[in-house]
Amino acid sequence: MYKAAARAAAATASAKGASARVVGRSAAVLGRSLSAAPGAKEEAPEPPRVYGGLKDQDRIFTNLYGEQDWRVGDALKRGDWHQTKEIMWMGPDWIVQEMKDSGLRGRGGAGFPSGLKWSFMPKNTDGRPSFLVVNADESEPGTCKDREIMRKDPHKLVEGCLLAGYAMRARAAYIYIRGEYFNEAVVMDEAIHEAYQKGFLGKNACGSGYDFDVYLHRGAGAYICGEETALIESLEGRQGKPRLKPPFPANVGVFGCPTTVTNVETVAVAPTILRRGASWFASFGRKNNHGTKLFAISGHVNNPIVVEEEMSITLRELLDKHCGGVRGGWDNLQAVIPGGSSVPVLDINDCADVMMDFDDLKKAGSGLGTAAVTVMDKSVDMIAAIRRLAHFYKHESCGQCTPCREGTGWLEQMLVKMEKGEADTREIPMLEEISRSIEGHTICALGDAAAWPVQGLIRRFQPVIEERIAGGPEQYQSEKGKYFQEAWSGEPFKNKAWVDQHGDGKAYSRS
Amino acid sequence: MALRTIGAATRALASRRPCTVRAPATVSAERNVHRTVSARDEVHQLGQHKDTPDNNETTFFDFTDENYARVEKIMAKYPANYRQASIIPLLDLAQRQHGGWLPLAAMEKVAKIVGQHEMKVYEVATFYTMFNREKRGKHFIQLCGTTPCMVCGSEDIKKTIMDELGIKNGGTTADGMFTLLEVECLGACANAPMVQINDDYFECLTPETMKELLEKCKNGETPEMGRWGSLPLNGQVSCEGPHGKTSLEGTPTGPGFMMRKDLEQKVDPKSVKDHMCY
Repeated sequence: MYKAAARAAAATASAKGASARVVGRSAAVLGRSLSAAPGAKEEAPEPPRVYGGLKDQDRIFTNLYGEQDWRVGDALKRGDWHQTKEIMWMGPDWIVQEMKDSGLRGRGGAGFPSGLKWSFMPKNTDGRPSFLVVNADESEPGTCKDREIMRKDPHKLVEGCLLAGYAMRARAAYIYIRGEYFNEAVVMDEAIHEAYQKGFLGKNACGSGYDFDVYLHRGAGAYICGEETALIESLEGRQGKPRLKPPFPANVGVFGCPTTVTNVETVAVAPTILRRGASWFASFGRKNNHGTKLFAISGHVNNPIVVEEEMSITLRELLDKHCGGVRGGWDNLQAVIPGGSSVPVLDINDCADVMMDFDDLKKAGSGLGTAAVTVMDKSVDMIAAIRRLAHFYKHESCGQCTPCREGTGWLEQMLVKMEKGEADTREIPMLEEISRSIEGHTICALGDAAAWPVQGLIRRFQPVIEERIAGGPEQYQSEKGKYFQEAWSGEPFKNKAWVDQHGDGKAYSRS
Repeated sequence: MALRTIGAATRALASRRPCTVRAPATVSAERNVHRTVSARDEVHQLGQHKDTPDNNETTFFDFTDENYARVEKIMAKYPANYRQASIIPLLDLAQRQHGGWLPLAAMEKVAKIVGQHEMKVYEVATFYTMFNREKRGKHFIQLCGTTPCMVCGSEDIKKTIMDELGIKNGGTTADGMFTLLEVECLGACANAPMVQINDDYFECLTPETMKELLEKCKNGETPEMGRWGSLPLNGQVSCEGPHGKTSLEGTPTGPGFMMRKDLEQKVDPKSVKDHMCY
């Protein structure tokens, strides 16, 4: 998800990413650029490493498809809570250093280096306790990965809270779960109780001598509460309206105390990284983009799925290997939103060899965000798709900053006109200008997030808009029917044997 | 295990909060210079209260004894001097007790319990979309209509529901059984298109299964949730796709797999605790 930290992270990434960008480009491009430079040093180019193809033994979320139970018994069998106490004995600074070495970047969308973020927490107390807040307010359109962690592997998150909280010298953790995830919250709550019963939490957590509590807080339906300061406001029982920074949450956060807000996935992968070592995690993905990642793929693919893969896997391989390819074949692809609704859309040309990591997607003019891939084939009316996103941002704007409160409504209105062919071509630059006037002029990054999809539309699909405007409203009315989307949740179901085995007999069968 | 009370100095630091003045709301679809959050959409609720026979100054609301026990539990989660933090969970509890919507009296009760001005509670109740300040049908259908669901045919599902029940977006059937509301992303995108009926997610819908589902709800046979707290109606278990999973064959690795060997006793966690005065 977007965060205000996005800008800071982007700055770090672009500084670090410069050297990394060359690595991993296709061999052809690399070869050409070398031979084109006269007098270039004769140096055998390193064979480009192919990313993807993560082995099962390197996957962190081993219960992603739910063959085992979520309860503590099976969680222990999967290796959760193994030697947690021994890891705690290595000390908070060691944990933070390991996280830094692992190269883990926040999984909530902004991609800020996690170890660095954790290190901002005060090491001495001024009388105030510190808190860890886990952002489980997963509402970015396209994103459904944290939900799978919370309902199938909740103990990974609970253990992560203890270790991350201890690394920040926090007293307690609050897990802020979105209100709509009711059944997931029930599982999480029960998992927390189990951890208390087993002595993993509470006084003398895991027998380490450290006291740590975890509380679950349910939200009540507001996308903006995924922004860290809005989340803090909401946790304090107010409207979720982002705060101005500074003071940053690490100084004044929830209940006026030092706080770090992190995404569920970031916290849930921490115990495994600490057990297997930073170098193990850093061996995946390109430089500055290390690790494994949960990808949630939705839209027009044959097998929509949530899957854990190596970072820097190419988009095409991700779709072909795990999702059974694009509906109607690769050439039927029109556009992909690669990282949740807040990132600009890519067209088929961009998608050909783009790698799914922070830097390569940024280079392609988009972003990894939450790695929520929404695939759209040629039947989609792109203007309508982005118009619906504009409606989303209009609906979810908290109303605090004028550019966002008013501008998001304008964006939607103009897109509605463009969709119907009622606009004028001169309105295209006007639309761009409005989006630029919102971007960067608001307290939080929701304004930016609202502007980027629109900018992406203009960047990639301007000819489509122009064509629609040229055709006029009459032509749109006559062609409207062809954009109507029939229900699609992948190809017909053909996984009965597995479902019979692992569905507990509760899967739906038509009467 | 109540947390320590946090000092007054801290409270002063934390009290800078954004101005929460709200302009009067309007349901017009036309843009209004003072457009507010509550006027976001013509199908969404007003930011104002309007007296109705079952929701006015004389309406009575109190938590049941059973729920008062829950209230205590909820309030114990937050620092003693931040009772306000329990407003959202308490409003949710009140809404559940009151059949899915919040009368004015319930908000006032919550304000009394947390010791805050009523306006603080009104602000919260109007800001969050999950608080219904008007009566809802017994089966409150929230249809996800954001882009990932939209490209997977949420319009198709919406049309099916509207045709089946004869209601529009935002409307309730005459018998009070169903309310339909198109909402924003519900976070089940890999299982699009989907609806949430009360607390439960019904996913991977087609017009046929949607009709079947409505029929079952009408007959009081709402299907139970599947193994993972959701029910994809195409036969899936959860997020593994209609073709099934593509990884994680075999038994998951056990405890100690690839465990590092270099752990030593460097820092006593108790010393960290003492250092932070916990």
